[in-house]
Amino acid sequence: MRQINKAARHTTGRLLSIRKAGTYFHLVLQAEGIAEGAKPGNFIALSVGGDQSSMLLHRVFAIYRSRQDPSHGSVIELIVARSGKGTDWLVAQSEGTLLKITGPLGTSFPLPADPVNVAIVGGGYGAAPLFDLADHLKVRGCRVDAIIGAATSSKVFAPLEGKRTVNSVTVTTDDGSAGIQGRVTDVLPEIITRQRIDLIYSCGPMAMLRAVDDIARSLSIPHQVSVEEAMACGVGICMTCVLPMMRGDEVKMIRTCIEGPVIDGEEIAWDEVAR
Amino acid sequence: MTLDFSTTIAGVRFKNPIFTASGCAASGKELSQFFPLKELGAVVTKSIMLKARSGRPTPRMAETPSGMLNSIGLQGPGIDAFIEEDLAWLQTQSCDVIVSIAGETVDEYGALARRLRGQRGIKAIEVNISCPNVANRGQVFSCDPVTARAAIEAVRINLGGEFPIIAKLSPDVTDIVAIAREVIEAGADGLALINTLLGMVINPKTLRPHLAGKTGGLSGPAIRPVAVRAIFQVRERFPSVAIVGMGGVVHGEDALELVAAGADAVSIGTASFGNPMSVIEIRDRLSTLIQDHGFTRFSDAVGVAHER
Repeated sequence: MRQINKAARHTTGRLLSIRKAGTYFHLVLQAEGIAEGAKPGNFIALSVGGDQSSMLLHRVFAIYRSRQDPSHGSVIELIVARSGKGTDWLVAQSEGTLLKITGPLGTSFPLPADPVNVAIVGGGYGAAPLFDLADHLKVRGCRVDAIIGAATSSKVFAPLEGKRTVNSVTVTTDDGSAGIQGRVTDVLPEIITRQRIDLIYSCGPMAMLRAVDDIARSLSIPHQVSVEEAMACGVGICMTCVLPMMRGDEVKMIRTCIEGPVIDGEEIAWDEVAR
Repeated sequence: MTLDFSTTIAGVRFKNPIFTASGCAASGKELSQFFPLKELGAVVTKSIMLKARSGRPTPRMAETPSGMLNSIGLQGPGIDAFIEEDLAWLQTQSCDVIVSIAGETVDEYGALARRLRGQRGIKAIEVNISCPNVANRGQVFSCDPVTARAAIEAVRINLGGEFPIIAKLSPDVTDIVAIAREVIEAGADGLALINTLLGMVINPKTLRPHLAGKTGGLSGPAIRPVAVRAIFQVRERFPSVAIVGMGGVVHGEDALELVAAGADAVSIGTASFGNPMSVIEIRDRLSTLIQDHGFTRFSDAVGVAHER
C-alpha cells in the first residue's frame, strides 16, 4: 500500500497574484515548506470560503509550477478553471488573501533516465502541469513535443514560456477556433511516428486520457497519465477519489490522491471506470 | 489554573476528549503526516469488516450546503489484513486506539469481536450498527430494536469483557432513546452518537441521482443540531452511560455544544477532509473555551446544559 507524500505539509499561505489566462485564472501563492518538496505532477489542496465557510471540502489543484522567488520565497503557481462555488470564491479573492494550503500531495511524473523522445498531451487546463514537466525533461536532454487540445481557443492553455521550452507545439480544438480542428488523438499517431516518440505523458479529461492510452497501448509506448477524480480531502482519508486499477489479476478501487494522480496507463482498468 | 482535560469512557481513561470519527481518518497513517497521533484522545479506525471489500462505484461524494454526502460502502482490507498491517502500525504510534467494526450479519459481528480478543493497544471497540451505505436498508441494524440488540449481544458474548463496547447509532429512527435502551440492556458500555443521516442529491443537469449508489450518508455542520438533540435526549434518559458525540463539529465551539449536551468525548469527521489539522485546532480551542467557562475539569462540563 502506497503512503501519503512524505513532503506533505499544512500551512497558511498568501495569494500573491491572480490574473486571467484565457478562461482560466493563474494564481501565485506563497507556500512556505510546500514548494520545496513539490515535484512535477504533484497537487495541492486548498480550503475555500474562509473560516465560517459552508463549503467543508478541500479543492485540489495540480501544481502548474513551483519555484523559489527572490522576494517571496517558496511559491506555487496554479491554473484554476471555474467549476463551481468553491472555485468561484477562490478566483474572486484579491492579492493578500490568506489560504490554508496542504501539499505537495500525490505522485509525481517519473522521469526517464535517458534523453528520450517524449510527447506531452494536455487537455484544457490539464496542460498546465505538463509544461513544468517539460522543463525537467529538457534538462535531461529529452526532445519534447507538446499536443495541447481544448474545446475552443479560449480554453487552450499554452503559455509563451511553455512553448519556448518544448521542441514543438501542436494545438487542436473541437471547434477549429485555434490550431487544427479535431482531437489530440487525431494528430498524436503521426507525431509519434515522425518524432519516434518513446514515452507519453498526458493530463486532461478522462475520455481523452483513455483515447491516448488506447494509442499508447497499441504501439506499446509507455504512458503516464495524470487523472482528475473528485476528491473531498486529497490526503487519503475520505476514500471518494478511487479509480479501478489492476493489482495483479484483480481490479481494486485505489485512492488517486495517494497512488495518483500520476498513474501508469497500463494499471488503469479503463472498462471499469465510471462514465 | 490547569485543566484536567482527560475523560473516561466506560472506565477507560483518555488523555483528552477529542477523537477522530470512524471513516474519516482511515487507520490514522495519513493524518500522522501532519501531527503525532498521540496528540489525540484516541484514533477511531474506519469500520472494519470481516472480509476485504471494494466499496461502491464512483461518484461517491457530493458536497452539500454545510456538509457532504458520502457513499463509500465500507471499502476496506478486512479484519485479518487490518490487524496485520494497520493495527500493528498503530501500536507503534503510542496512541490510544478504538477499533470500529461493522458486520453484514449478527454472526459477523460476533466473529469480528472474537478476532479482536487478545490484540494489544485497543482501548475500546466501536460497534458500527448504523452505516447507511449498505445495499439493503434492512441491514441497518440500529434502525430496528431487535437487530440492534442482537448485534451488540453477539459482540459482548464474543468479546468476553476484554474491551468496552461503544454502540454507534443512527439518528434515522423515530425514537433514538428506545434504541439506546436496547443496546445498553444488551451490554453496550457506551454510545457513539450520531452516524450520518441518509440523503440524496439529484444532479439538476442529468436529473439523475448524483451518487452512483443513489443515496449517501449526510455529514457536516448541516447535521450538528440533530447530533446535539440526540445526545441531549439520550443523556437525559441515561445519565451514567458514556457518550462519544459526533456530527458536524468544525470549531471548538461546536465541540463544546456536544459536550454541554452530554458527550464525554467528541469525534471529528468531515472537518478533517477540508483541513487535516482540524482535530488539533478543535482540541486546543475546546480546552481554552472550557477554561474560559471556569471549569477545572473537563468532566464537569459534560452535560452541563441539563442543569436548571
